[in-house]
Amino acid sequence: MSTSLRPVPRAPDADLSPELLLRIHDLMLKARVLEERLIAMYKQGDGYFWIGGPGEEAFNVPLGLLIHKGRGPQYDYCHFHYRNSATVLAMGADPTNAMRQMKNTATDPYSGGRNFCNHYSMFEWNVVPVTSTIEAQYAIGIGTAIAQKRAGGRGITVVTGGDAGTAEGDFASCLIWSSRPANPLPMLIIVTNNKWGISTPWTGQHGEKRISDRGKAFGIESKTIDGNDPEVAYREIAAAMEYVRTERKPFLLEALVSRLYGHSSASGANAVVDEADCLKGFEKKLEERKLLTRQQIEELRQKYAQELHEAHRKVRQEPQPKGDTIYENVFMDRDKVREGN
Amino acid sequence: MSTMVQAIRMALHVAEERHDLTDVFGEDVGPPLGGAFTATQGIKCAWNTPLDERGIVGASIGLALAGCRNVGEIQFCDYAYNTIDLLKLAGLQTWSTNGDWNVPMTILTPVGAGIRGSIYHSHSFDATATHIPGFKIAIPSTPRDAYGLLLSCIVDPNPCFFLVPKALMRVRSLPGEEIPGEPGDDRALSKMIDAPLGERAKWQPQWPETPDIFIPFGEARTVRSGRDLTVVSYGRTLPLCKKAADELSQEGIEAEVIDLRTLHPYDWPRIRDSVKRTGRALFVNEDSEISNFGEHLLRRTVEELFYELSAPPRLLAGAFVPGVGLADSLEMASVPQLPSIRDAMRQLAHHQA
Repeated sequence: MSTSLRPVPRAPDADLSPELLLRIHDLMLKARVLEERLIAMYKQGDGYFWIGGPGEEAFNVPLGLLIHKGRGPQYDYCHFHYRNSATVLAMGADPTNAMRQMKNTATDPYSGGRNFCNHYSMFEWNVVPVTSTIEAQYAIGIGTAIAQKRAGGRGITVVTGGDAGTAEGDFASCLIWSSRPANPLPMLIIVTNNKWGISTPWTGQHGEKRISDRGKAFGIESKTIDGNDPEVAYREIAAAMEYVRTERKPFLLEALVSRLYGHSSASGANAVVDEADCLKGFEKKLEERKLLTRQQIEELRQKYAQELHEAHRKVRQEPQPKGDTIYENVFMDRDKVREGN
Repeated sequence: MSTMVQAIRMALHVAEERHDLTDVFGEDVGPPLGGAFTATQGIKCAWNTPLDERGIVGASIGLALAGCRNVGEIQFCDYAYNTIDLLKLAGLQTWSTNGDWNVPMTILTPVGAGIRGSIYHSHSFDATATHIPGFKIAIPSTPRDAYGLLLSCIVDPNPCFFLVPKALMRVRSLPGEEIPGEPGDDRALSKMIDAPLGERAKWQPQWPETPDIFIPFGEARTVRSGRDLTVVSYGRTLPLCKKAADELSQEGIEAEVIDLRTLHPYDWPRIRDSVKRTGRALFVNEDSEISNFGEHLLRRTVEELFYELSAPPRLLAGAFVPGVGLADSLEMASVPQLPSIRDAMRQLAHHQA
């Protein structure tokens, strides 16, 4: 499926180690259980709205494991969308915090109860605020990439969005600004293509065969991969990242993924049965390779379900923000981003 | 004495030399042009972008998230309308994250009528800007204020709008309102910091030594004292209000004229104290009159000062029409001019309850 223009570092051919495969599975499973818990919270009235990323774990977990996390331009800037829960989990985020945001508690570290679930903000790890608009991150990422290009080093800007969002002009802005010969930018431009735009299928929105084809016109290295296979995803993300880190140029990576609970709670947040489930597919492989047994998988699922259920009960007791706090943090009286802390 | 556009240039120079301004960017702001209005000539960190306003605002937010103080220019505010949701995002980065992030960015854009700019080069932006919480908003009416307000915008940790009344870009400082350090001779300053016409690849500006001036947000300036009525304005209409007040003085009407200078935060105490003394208030600006920022000031005047008033407070603003037409007669009829301002002031001064 490659539409690559020039040779780029090849994805490592070597099999991923058993330890890494088990770690990826562990995180994929935990991320799935977390999303199921968030949906349960919504359905139990412990949140007003759910949107998230079940079905994208095979891509999102490797992405989180490969991000060079930290604070400032020498680390990766992450411009995520609201389907990256598995990515932030793989980066090391506490899943309880996702529940806090779902329950809009005062303790929600991402927004203090102000924003929807899966709208992360993690200053210490360069995870910039997630927006509900489906395209703005592609325009905003230009700026962090310019700063990183100037700073030198290996830090890159990682931008993620969905296929429907590429219809917006900001995606074109991202392709144009990142590929200017005067100043090509170190950006990994990711599109997770679930073939849906809310309720409208791919064929109702797109005439292009591959979204990655759009990179060709700009001379951007581009590739479409199977985002439902975590081994493929890990290797391809690693290769694309290495290219961006060393060449200081953009790479457009389209990952074909599934959407397993619909767009959001607005469409019911019910499980769909006619799309490939990356977790089931990966577990089947791990069983065949004798790396895990069905019983071990079930025990692991039970363990996470129990842990997250307990965390849910705890979060339920945490306070809501007080109404008189609405005027807090409209303005900042110090320059935190420049101070770096 | 400098023009406003020269003052902006000097402020950008001071900011890149002394206050870590890393980027000034937009359409045509870098060499060779140095800005459609020449505001960025000679600025070392100025560079040209694609003709893409969403890219400019997006890049400004991103640079700010990476800790880079920057000034992104929208060549005419008329072209900022397709960036509204990005501007909203800039305004809510701090609030939506409950203080996790801030964005030290300034959006500089020329505003208003006065150059026969027709439908797409005459818009005002103050009504729109004041509907975007999270931004601080400056709009100067003199070169010195432009210098001091722009420096305040650049060093502020929050997103700022710096709205430049394009009709005032070539207006010079009045005596006594110079920027300290600038040469008194116009031609000497021009020779130092205006790029030559034609070939300019080897040109280097010679910057005068000008000090840091930071005009605080929320500090208006009383440009004329008076006992009979209070006139609150900003931007292009401010000098017209001052002129009208000077003329009406011949008729025995003494108007107090306040230059608001910043629209958010704004100097309510100064307005309040003045209106309490005069009992009459006129708000003047050139944005269209429905959902106008002057309406907010008028509402507050009515709510808080009703029993202090001797006459109904008034708003004089632009006509609520889709654009400012090109023909001289159309532009003159669309936005407040000296005669309409003078008439409104006179009527308010003479109003008998």
